[in-house]
Amino acid sequence: MCTFQPPTARLCCRRVSHALFSGEEELTVHDETTCYLTQSCKTYLVYVRKVIFYQYFSSCISSPHSQFRPRFIGNFVKMPVLCSSCTEKRAVLKRPKTGHSLCKGCFFWAFEEEVHQTIVAAKLFKPGEIVGIAASGGKDSTVLAHVMKLLNERYNYGLELMLLSVDEGITGYRDDSLETVKRNQQQYELPLKIVSYEELYGWTMDAIVKQVGLKNNCTFCGVFRRQALDRGAIMLKVDKICTGHNADDVAETVLMNVLRGDIARLRRCTAISTASEGEGVVPRCKPLKYAYEKEIVLYAYFKKLDYFSTECIYSPNAYRGYARTFLKDLESVRPSSIIDIIHSGENLSVREGVKMPVQGTCNRCGYISSQALCKSCVLLEGLNRGLPKLGIGKHHRLHDKILSQQPLTEKEERKLKSVDF
Amino acid sequence: MCQVDEDYHDGLERAEVPSVSKKCVKCKEASAAVVIRAGDTYCRGCFKEYFIHKFRAMLGKNRIIFPGEKVLLAVSGGPSSSSMLSQVQEGLSQNAHKKLRFLPGIVYIDEGGAVGQSVEERQRTVAELQAVFKATGFPFHMVPLEQVLDLPSSVVVTAPAASEQPASAYKAAVDHFIQSDSSSCSTAQDHEQTSVPEVQESHTQLLQQLIGSAQTLTARQDLLNTLRHHLLVHTARTEGYSKLMLGDNCTRVAVKLLTSISLGRGAQLAQDTGFADSRYGDIILVRPMRDYSAKEIAYYNHMFSVPSVFIPGGDTKTTDKASIQRLTESFVTKLQADFPSTVSTIYRTSEKLQTACRNSSTADQADRCLLCMCALDTAVENASAFQATLTSEQLSQNKPSGATGTENPRQNPAPVEQESTAPSGQCCSSGGEDCGRTERGGGGGCCSSAKEPERTDLKSLLCYSCQLTIKDMSSLERLPQYILSEAQRRQRRSQMREEISEFLLDDGDEGS
Ligand SMILES: [Zn+2]
Ligand SMILES: [Zn+2]
Ligand SMILES: [Zn+2]
Ligand SMILES: [Zn+2]
Ligand SMILES: [Zn+2]
Repeated sequence: MCTFQPPTARLCCRRVSHALFSGEEELTVHDETTCYLTQSCKTYLVYVRKVIFYQYFSSCISSPHSQFRPRFIGNFVKMPVLCSSCTEKRAVLKRPKTGHSLCKGCFFWAFEEEVHQTIVAAKLFKPGEIVGIAASGGKDSTVLAHVMKLLNERYNYGLELMLLSVDEGITGYRDDSLETVKRNQQQYELPLKIVSYEELYGWTMDAIVKQVGLKNNCTFCGVFRRQALDRGAIMLKVDKICTGHNADDVAETVLMNVLRGDIARLRRCTAISTASEGEGVVPRCKPLKYAYEKEIVLYAYFKKLDYFSTECIYSPNAYRGYARTFLKDLESVRPSSIIDIIHSGENLSVREGVKMPVQGTCNRCGYISSQALCKSCVLLEGLNRGLPKLGIGKHHRLHDKILSQQPLTEKEERKLKSVDF
Repeated sequence: MCQVDEDYHDGLERAEVPSVSKKCVKCKEASAAVVIRAGDTYCRGCFKEYFIHKFRAMLGKNRIIFPGEKVLLAVSGGPSSSSMLSQVQEGLSQNAHKKLRFLPGIVYIDEGGAVGQSVEERQRTVAELQAVFKATGFPFHMVPLEQVLDLPSSVVVTAPAASEQPASAYKAAVDHFIQSDSSSCSTAQDHEQTSVPEVQESHTQLLQQLIGSAQTLTARQDLLNTLRHHLLVHTARTEGYSKLMLGDNCTRVAVKLLTSISLGRGAQLAQDTGFADSRYGDIILVRPMRDYSAKEIAYYNHMFSVPSVFIPGGDTKTTDKASIQRLTESFVTKLQADFPSTVSTIYRTSEKLQTACRNSSTADQADRCLLCMCALDTAVENASAFQATLTSEQLSQNKPSGATGTENPRQNPAPVEQESTAPSGQCCSSGGEDCGRTERGGGGGCCSSAKEPERTDLKSLLCYSCQLTIKDMSSLERLPQYILSEAQRRQRRSQMREEISEFLLDDGDEGS
């Protein structure tokens, strides 16, 4: 995946489209990745997504009629395979999770039923709760919204569901994905609330990018988005937020926290839900925790669900990229690896006496934070003072000064002002 | 989901090119001969001192090996375990104050039969190692892996631990040892074993069939590991040793930790990678080399001419992606090259872990895995990965025909080259390449699982990860008798318990 950082702000940063980029075209920001892309790259991407889909799943899909069918798919369709569940219909796919061949109907049923079992077993919801579904227009959240709506009706959860979306405020960025979310709203008849960075922070991402440059915008985007969901949820009086994190995401996080030696996060990251951790934080849960990413894509594909964006893969953290590649390799050796790693994570226990960082709250906004000021307050302070680097490096020493509204020294100012990205 | 929500910025130090011709950081006089990590440059003398001190410090800190205790060193001939052997020699030759005070012996497991070495090759390796071992003056045992076929069932039963020694006992034992004649360790030389047991060809074939019945390289390596451990522990028991020293170094521990996580062994991590491992009860596994990096060991062995013997492994020719173990190793190695703190960071993670569930020594016999001897981690809890797997499998197959946990054949990217085990499975019930457990290689392969009734039963006796290994095996009949008969004993035991359950007032401790 593209972990490529553009050398200058005027380059299209999508690796697959580098070859196509003429250098002249207008750059726009592409969906959730907050990456700058040319229009032709964008069009190309939509096409590429389809092709990649077929390459990726050629082993899972046995439809002989597909126009994208790669040559080698012939190996899989020599003879009709019957669904291993109903043993009547012809199987159309091979489940990445278990290896069983299933027909469309049985796959849908199995997928939905598994999410239902997860919800019931983990007691994720109580009747009467208002549940916000974090909707980005991406595959995970689109499938989540669809399945939640369906299960809520099928099993009478008695939940009041709504879609919760964040608008970062970047021209052109949300064109497609917000449109998708809006269509989802109509298709699923769920209320939609879009909270914008501007109304929450007084800054749009466009304005932020102007000040901090391209290289660090992901930091801002990520930190702000996390809080935006909470703040939006509170505005809507939502009891719980559910997010589209899938099994691959969880396994990847386990690996990454091992690589980073982050024992506190390692312990927390397999939890299916978080209790309310303080003021301004709404409990979250992951109903798709045990769903394979591949199966989510298969589900969205066969259900013809409307989704646009790819998920954000441009994280500034190199280790996540390594963990992701490693996980994909593991999966190819033993497909159950993803769930095996989650099993490992769930059964880890930490030696007594190992120090855990104390989770405090931000002195300014009350959000959880291990420092005096939470990350987003520091970032905001930096933006408002015209010192963009404040939130990017480690400047914990300055927190007290910021809190007490003291001016910074000239030397400190100079260090934080330079934008040499 | 946007993954940027947590601030991960620290911890990435790129490799630095070491600067040339520095002075030793320790004595600040002699010019440096080795760079262990950036900034740590040592001269020859100081490096040796540092290396030797580290070994004694590791044992001293953990206080687990008592003076006069018989300790068996598992030496494979590789750099790490050879270095361990040389450290023990070094420690025994030190002056009284710094002297190590246990009685060492050496064991070598000859795995040549499992990896298809010729008799001549095996004899050559054994002879080479024998020469090295003889030079130490320690008693040594050369054990062919084939002997695993003749182990007694007691190997897979946790023996009661030697009476729990309080911390104060260690000091008392040291004092007592110093007062008594410390030259007693020289008597160890008396019962030196030189003869190598003959290996019957039929035994080698049986072993190869056993290993070959594992259809993936991942399962094969895991199985080999388990068998090796059983044989090591058995040797220690029969020869009267109470500790078994393994040569796992820091790099190895890091790879093992990540491998264990990937294999679903999260609950067993602390035992798999910790300094002391008490899963066998009476025999404690000890890893005194886990503080040394592979690089340090290579430097030391080179500078001080520690003899090591190259043992061709079974998988030296295969690709990185052939097995999870291989993949993890190459992943860690590559990452370490870019980020020199990788191994030490993973290693530090292992320091902070402990075994899940109950204390390993208190777990009931019936709650232990038949293969790896760790406490079972398969209690079906609500909303767990294990539960989710069972659900997925149930929902994906025809209910009446399928037992709860039908196997899913792995898409095996590296076909295992054993001709007899080529997966041929065509299955009538599901009519597809993904049929359940067919009898592999059998001509009229159909789902009649009449021949393997044990498989499902065996599963209940295994931990999550060992179940995965068993899933990858074409047949369980080839498992050594000691494992099968212990499995039957446990099954009878639990049946019995079920029958009389209504009369039992409480969960009796009588079990096992
Ligand atoms: Zn990019
Ligand atoms: Zn079906
Ligand atoms: Zn704050
Ligand atoms: Zn020196
Ligand atoms: Zn086990």
